[in-house]
Amino acid sequence: MTPDLLQAALYAALLVVIAVPLGLYMARVFSGEATFLAPLERALLAPAGIRGEEGQHWTRYALSLIAFNAAGFLVLFLLLRFQNLLPLNPQGFDGVPAHLAFNTAISFVTNTNWQSYGGETTLSHLSQMVGLTTQNFVSAASGMAVAAAVARGFAGRQVRTIGNFWSDLVRSVLYVLLPLSVLLAIAFVATGMPQTLAASVDATTVEGGRQTLALGPVASQIAIKQLGTNGGGFFNVNSAHPFENPTAISNLLSLLAILALPVAFCFTYGRMVGDRRQGVALFAAMGVMLVLAFVVLYAAERIGNPLHAGLVAPGSGNMEGKDVRFGIIGSALWAVATTAASNGSVNAMHDSLTPLGGLVAMLQMQLGEIVFGGVGVGLTGMLLFVILTVFLAGLMVGRTPEYLGKKIEAREVKLAALTLMVMPIGALALAAIAIVAGAAQGSIQDAGPHGLSELLYAYSSATGNNGSAFAGFNANVPFHNTMLGLAMMLGRFGYIVPILAIAGSLAAKKTAPASAGTFPTHGPVFVVLLVVTILIVGALTFLPVLALGPIAEQVSILAAKTF
Amino acid sequence: MTQSPNTTAPSPTAEIGLFDGRILKAAAVQAFAKLDPRGLVRNPVIFVTALVAVLATILAAREVASGGVNAFIGVQIAIWLWFTVLFANFAEAVAEGRGKARADAFRATRSSARAKVLADPSRRDVWQAKDIDDVAIDDVILVEAGDTVPTDGEVIEGVASVDESAITGESAPVIRESGGDRSSVTGGTRLVSDWLVVRVTARQGETFLDRMIALVEGAKRQKTPNEIALDILLAGLTLVFLFVVVTLPVFASWSNTEIPVIYLAALFITLIPTTIGGLLSAIGIAGMDRLVKANVVAKSGRAVEAAGDIDVLLLDKTGTITFGNRMADAFEPVPGVAERDLAEAACLASLADDTPEGKSIVDLAARKFGITRTDRVGMTFVPFTAQTRMSGVDLAGGTAIRKGASDAMLRLVGRPADAALEGIVRKIAMSGGTPLVVARGDRVLGVVHLKDIVKPGIRERFAELRRMGIRTVMITGDNPLTAAAIAAEAGVDDFLAEATPERKLELIRKEQAEGRLVAMCGDGSNDAPALAQADVGVAMNSGTPAAKEAGNLIDLDSDPTKLIEIVLVGKQLLISRGALTTFSIANDVAKYFAILPALFVTAYPGLAVLDVMGLGTPQSAILSAIIFNALVIVALIPIALKGVSYVPSSASALLARNLTIYGLGGLVVPFIGIKAIDIIVDLLRLA
Repeated sequence: MTPDLLQAALYAALLVVIAVPLGLYMARVFSGEATFLAPLERALLAPAGIRGEEGQHWTRYALSLIAFNAAGFLVLFLLLRFQNLLPLNPQGFDGVPAHLAFNTAISFVTNTNWQSYGGETTLSHLSQMVGLTTQNFVSAASGMAVAAAVARGFAGRQVRTIGNFWSDLVRSVLYVLLPLSVLLAIAFVATGMPQTLAASVDATTVEGGRQTLALGPVASQIAIKQLGTNGGGFFNVNSAHPFENPTAISNLLSLLAILALPVAFCFTYGRMVGDRRQGVALFAAMGVMLVLAFVVLYAAERIGNPLHAGLVAPGSGNMEGKDVRFGIIGSALWAVATTAASNGSVNAMHDSLTPLGGLVAMLQMQLGEIVFGGVGVGLTGMLLFVILTVFLAGLMVGRTPEYLGKKIEAREVKLAALTLMVMPIGALALAAIAIVAGAAQGSIQDAGPHGLSELLYAYSSATGNNGSAFAGFNANVPFHNTMLGLAMMLGRFGYIVPILAIAGSLAAKKTAPASAGTFPTHGPVFVVLLVVTILIVGALTFLPVLALGPIAEQVSILAAKTF
Repeated sequence: MTQSPNTTAPSPTAEIGLFDGRILKAAAVQAFAKLDPRGLVRNPVIFVTALVAVLATILAAREVASGGVNAFIGVQIAIWLWFTVLFANFAEAVAEGRGKARADAFRATRSSARAKVLADPSRRDVWQAKDIDDVAIDDVILVEAGDTVPTDGEVIEGVASVDESAITGESAPVIRESGGDRSSVTGGTRLVSDWLVVRVTARQGETFLDRMIALVEGAKRQKTPNEIALDILLAGLTLVFLFVVVTLPVFASWSNTEIPVIYLAALFITLIPTTIGGLLSAIGIAGMDRLVKANVVAKSGRAVEAAGDIDVLLLDKTGTITFGNRMADAFEPVPGVAERDLAEAACLASLADDTPEGKSIVDLAARKFGITRTDRVGMTFVPFTAQTRMSGVDLAGGTAIRKGASDAMLRLVGRPADAALEGIVRKIAMSGGTPLVVARGDRVLGVVHLKDIVKPGIRERFAELRRMGIRTVMITGDNPLTAAAIAAEAGVDDFLAEATPERKLELIRKEQAEGRLVAMCGDGSNDAPALAQADVGVAMNSGTPAAKEAGNLIDLDSDPTKLIEIVLVGKQLLISRGALTTFSIANDVAKYFAILPALFVTAYPGLAVLDVMGLGTPQSAILSAIIFNALVIVALIPIALKGVSYVPSSASALLARNLTIYGLGGLVVPFIGIKAIDIIVDLLRLA
């Protein structure tokens, strides 16, 4: 166990070492202080008649983002639908069916990367590279733009604008995602990941059997898949595939890449609002929850399934669905990181986690992906909880609630309360509709509470824009492809639009200077308060259904009851 | 405190007991009257609770009719759901009842007397008695000794002493006179002497008294901005829990578990924030009530909320920080003159001087040297005028003694100051005092040191405000040197010297531009723009009608120090609201742990581990949770009415303290409460 925890500690330390300078660098990028690529920016924006320095009102900002994502959806949908007519299809795959193309296009545009399909057996190289990889970049960049705009809005002093979406988008790609991806892809290739446009090769195995080895431009897609909290793998089994995650080094690099940008955004935020303590407080709150999640999930996997006692070597823990190369710690760290960030790539099968481990993974998504969360949007999701916390508890210092010197009033509360509906609607209501409509039964593999967990996990993952799945759930049917598509849209824009509106509203407000009478939104008391509020307001919502799913399963296992 | 003779009701500012039997009885009746859906809908959480109670009643009735197994528990749940609504109504009714008791006391002071309307303001002998309802604004009325002032107005002629005890509780009559800053009279007060000619400024029903009554009665109470925002959030949480509860039977059906709808109703009501929803308006009304008890009328609830947010307090030096009058502190003779000679001369020059300064010189001379002069034979007194800027006396022998401002005196004696005199004058001025030069004939004897006396305890008060994050700024007409000295002595954070109404307004705008909220008080007409500009403007009741119109709060005691108290009342109101909100939300944790295992333990016996309280049966667990949920509203009514105890301190200290009491308490108390109720429910075999 000690080496396991040392690994976890090393990972955490490396993560912070990378994230702090990265965050401060991004703050410079979004504040327009880093300008070494300015000519390229202009070259990209000028043809569209966009002047990057022109600020946009929040409504314009949101409309630009929605228009851009809608266009991206349309292009991707058509590309997938008609990939059989397009080049770079060495395997000769058919066009993707409409419902699957709809689901996949939404999935990649919303940075979810839920995969109802098996990548290597469904998509052409063109679909993967031009379609999916493009969205891997720009969907992540859209999220980063939102964070930048929100930070600007929160810091704004009686201004109408919160920045320019197009400029933020281009900067996110040029200054951050592209260079990091290139570096990471090269490092991945060095660990043995394939990067080729060749078709699959047939190989004769040691035992004399024949096997088709799928190849393709893997490393480039995996780099951005991890950095941009996308998670959509090249291969169906994602990072458990030896070509997608060949060595311990690629595993560590991937793990770091999954959380690097989400963590960095805390520090970006602190710098952009002119008070680093604010960023550190968010980092601390997220960090506390991440550590809690890791401890529970790791312990659950380490202890394993008591029903397997005597069947597996004592002390081996729950190795079902895990790659022996990664073991309990490598898989547990990944499971926690990928569901904390709305990444969704996996190196172990989450369906095979212990019920408690699965609960942790699920709950992180059900909180709305705010434990670091998706690039940019994780931060803004957390800020919604900050607003709620400040509003609920802020009165206790004898002043009406304020955050960063801005009064939190009816308008902000209304918008924040609206976002509280997103997860209950996406993860509870839609999943319940699936059961009522009779669509759940056919897609669920397991009987008993685990079956319910499979359904819940799918809808939580889609609404949380995570994209990971309990493999026992077959989502590739018209009903679920459509409903999960709606859940992903809701989970993306149901947060982004209100938080942009709040940013716009706060930007226009006066900023009261802090005094000894101001509610402190930094420091340990606030961090604890924030975490407790999230657990009570966010997590308790799901306690009833979790009691029927993973908790029921866990207590049944303890009582030696199976289904 | 004396009562004005025409009232029998208790004084409006008296303490009303928390458990006043009459109020509680009336409130119990009101709780039922408030079931009217048109009123209930104003409170979304309680409205939803009432809807669910209706649903539960129907379900329970059906269950009873069909002899179902859930009949007994169903009826009990329905009853407790109704109690939840009634308790919430009761909380509001008690708060309103207390306000109404106060309002009745005010109303009793309202005169039924008729107004003596003057057709010609210049002829007091010709008046016509009119019903007060027929008196229009700008009518001119006569009020004579013994009369009750029929309505609010401005004195345009006359001087009279007025007994304002009916509204202020202060028994000593005050002077009201035309012109200046004491020209307004309030309806309901009584003339003790003389007469006044008054121009009516408010119609019956719109007087300050009427406003005050409307405010404390709560009936026409507007929700404050923060209350509206909180209502929205509570409604949002209610909606979230609706999703949770409505989807739950579907998920349960996956495990072949059927949850009776009445249990779901109970779960829903325990989860939604009924506690704060039920107490919210009581907290607001009680806050207003506390303000009235402090003898302050707020024109809106908004002003009280804003008072809690104040960052900067503008305080008038005179009356707030100092005793208002400069007093003689020392005699400083020039070389060659005995101190006693100077004192004697100064005393003589002040004998006829009725100003507080003059009296204080006579006092000081008596204290220090036992000089008591009563015979004034042959003396001719020379009063102070703005032109000469000196006063004094011509003695029988023709000797002239004068005291006055240094430059005026030097002009009088006709030569420049020597080094010694200049030194004394400068020293006094530097220390914030006022030098008063005394001369006999053409010889300067020395200087009287007049000094502003800072009120005792005010320094500590300012330090306390500083800890709360509130900056104090002293406003004074004094020169910067004097102002700085007093500011340092009183411990204010900043000062505005040589203040004019314009500069005051400018200062307020500057602070507001930097995002701060500013409070001030004032009484003169020239204060009106600043009072209107300030976020919290407290007008003195003795002030001009213009000032009272511009302010959003009126202090009936006309005590500028009240500003600090108003801020504290505002803060206490907000803290009470926040503390009970936190408590209410934190309660949910225990309720989950009571109800969830109860619902699912049949399907998954292992879920009994969630039953950390070890409750009797699933039925008793649900019943206990819903009973706790209803009773906690009643239990918290005293806190809602009295406000949480509030010790002025920094935000961090307040947060830590209140989080511990109401946050942690909110987590722990229901575990204990539900367990206790469960034991009783089991004992009584209710489930």
